[in-house]
Amino acid sequence: MSFISYFINGVSLGSVYAIIALGYTMVYGIAKMLNFAHGDVIMIGAYVVLTCVSTAGLNPVLAILIGIVACTIFGIVIERVAYRPLRNAASPLAVLITAIGVSYLLQNIALLIFGSNTKSFPEIIKLPSLSLAGGKLTITGTTILTIVACLVIMAGLTAFINKTKSGQAMLAVSEDKGAAQLMGINVNGTIALTFAIGSALAALAGVLLCSTYPSLTPYTGSMPGIKAFVAAVFGGIGSIPGALIGGILLGVIEILGKAYISSQLADAIVFAVLIIVLLVKPTGILGKNIQEKV
Amino acid sequence: MKKMKKFLSLALASALAAGVFAGCGEEKTTESSDSAQSSSSSSNSDSSEGTLKIGSMGPLTGDNAAYGEAVNNGAQLAVEEINADGGINGMQVEFKFEDDESDAEKAVNAYNSLKDWGMQLVMGAVTSGACTAVSAETANDHMFQITPSGTSMDCVAPYDNVFRLCFSDPAQGTKSAEYIATKGLATKIAVIYDSSDTYSSGIYQSFAAEAKNQGLEIVAAEAFTADNKTDFSVQLQKAKDSGAELVFLPIYYQQASAILQQADKMGFAPQWFGCDGMDGILGVEGFDTSLAEGLMLLTPFATDASDEKTQNFNKAYEEEFGIEPIQFAADAYDSIYAIKLAAEDAGLTADMDASEMCDKMMESMLNINLDGLTGVDGITWDASGEPNKAPKGVKIENGAYVSMD
Repeated sequence: MSFISYFINGVSLGSVYAIIALGYTMVYGIAKMLNFAHGDVIMIGAYVVLTCVSTAGLNPVLAILIGIVACTIFGIVIERVAYRPLRNAASPLAVLITAIGVSYLLQNIALLIFGSNTKSFPEIIKLPSLSLAGGKLTITGTTILTIVACLVIMAGLTAFINKTKSGQAMLAVSEDKGAAQLMGINVNGTIALTFAIGSALAALAGVLLCSTYPSLTPYTGSMPGIKAFVAAVFGGIGSIPGALIGGILLGVIEILGKAYISSQLADAIVFAVLIIVLLVKPTGILGKNIQEKV
Repeated sequence: MKKMKKFLSLALASALAAGVFAGCGEEKTTESSDSAQSSSSSSNSDSSEGTLKIGSMGPLTGDNAAYGEAVNNGAQLAVEEINADGGINGMQVEFKFEDDESDAEKAVNAYNSLKDWGMQLVMGAVTSGACTAVSAETANDHMFQITPSGTSMDCVAPYDNVFRLCFSDPAQGTKSAEYIATKGLATKIAVIYDSSDTYSSGIYQSFAAEAKNQGLEIVAAEAFTADNKTDFSVQLQKAKDSGAELVFLPIYYQQASAILQQADKMGFAPQWFGCDGMDGILGVEGFDTSLAEGLMLLTPFATDASDEKTQNFNKAYEEEFGIEPIQFAADAYDSIYAIKLAAEDAGLTADMDASEMCDKMMESMLNINLDGLTGVDGITWDASGEPNKAPKGVKIENGAYVSMD
């Protein structure tokens, strides 16, 4: 019975990783860059929602919407100010280093504004727990909500990319930027849209993460951010279903490793699995191996 | 731009001038104290016979800010009382507190800047890791140090010049096991501790050793690490499955608050038992304090204690700072009074240098018996630097700490 409980917790944690991993994977697929500041956008989102709920006393749904809007604006601004000017830089390292810089910038801004004290994230999503098998198995409402939210987001995003014009434009840009531009696609606009969607998802991930694990500090986003990046690579970076599979696998491995191997080695196990997967399948589980033609 | 330059040169010039005057000032004071010694002391006694500078460092920001603030407040209260009462051996006490964010490196920086200020005695540091780093420095400089709340063995044991007011980690673990056994709180116990933290794992080890002697059964011992301290679902699930009646949490209050919240969500409600790091849980921003209802912790100080001393302290503290004191405030208050007793016993005077003071204080610490807030039947010290006093059990009832004895 406890195995089922661990497993469900793992899927729930993995769902959060998957939502964060989407941000990494979409940006990588389209702009071919690693946005290391993504994890910190999660933290910003969580702080915005926390401030709206506890200081301004707003309705949770409204607060989450404000959080999403704030993160979306943040994402677009970061892309416009820090990444776009470097897109054609001689070395792809320039934009990578900038991303790390933005990550620290966001953490330090949060430190200045919100202080480094741990803040307890209020239970803004109040759902009853599900009690099964005579109370032996308890699944919290947040857990179920997280899993459902993840699946809905995946489905929505897949539909958006395959069914809408903007989605098709994203696909085109990810295939070949130059050709897409020649076809009349606004490449800059499409990349900005990708950042906007990724950051909006980050806000949602922040709320879900902090609802499950209710302590918020300026560093809250960094570790889940790194793990979600691992999940994205694990599933095959650039692939949306890959992010889902990678995220959930990672969450389950982490929780089961903690439960059955050692609670101290959880992180070591996660990263060891990453190394093994990359040795066997360098492009990740669903990654496409595109041969560069000369 | 010209204005800027002018301003800069002015600032530089004034800094230089200040340096020159500062130099003069120092010389003057040594001269005057020399002359005071040679001539009769009465000439100086009406104003003061110099000052005694006590420095301290602890977290005023960051994860453990509640501890640092409490220590700062408690010490200031004691210093004000002592100064109003005529000081120590006629010397007025000056107290300065620097923020170290519970970081070892920043604590050493704070120590150095306090030394520049003229610190003669150290009352710090507040957290174990920072304290260990500062202890190494004071041992090098041969400066007297008493830590109000650094519980790790490494803070005190390797050094002659460092004393401790609180219980050490091993003592906390041992006393907790004794307390649980003698009060008959539970026999099946689960432990959740931070294996990447010396404080937490230190208590856990001594607790586990003593639990065996006391006939307590540790049914689950689950760890977490600094990088993985948000998700406690597995540790709690294991504790629940093991049938534990009591969960021992030798950890700091931030993680404890997260554990209580997650346990509540999964419907796990054992007895909770913590150590001094648990103190402060009622002050976590946004934390629903009803979850901490019934939480027990072993602490040498309880705000509801009926003795006059504690009552007066509570009143003065609340008047001055507007909040209820926690154990760390009492620790600091007692530490300052321990310094006072020992300094009086040693006959410290303002003309001694820090190293000479240290020698005398080290001897006198063994002679004193402090009737303090954190030790009802008096606190004495032995040469190891550890205090001898009796612990108290405290329970959270209706959002306040209530004594269990």
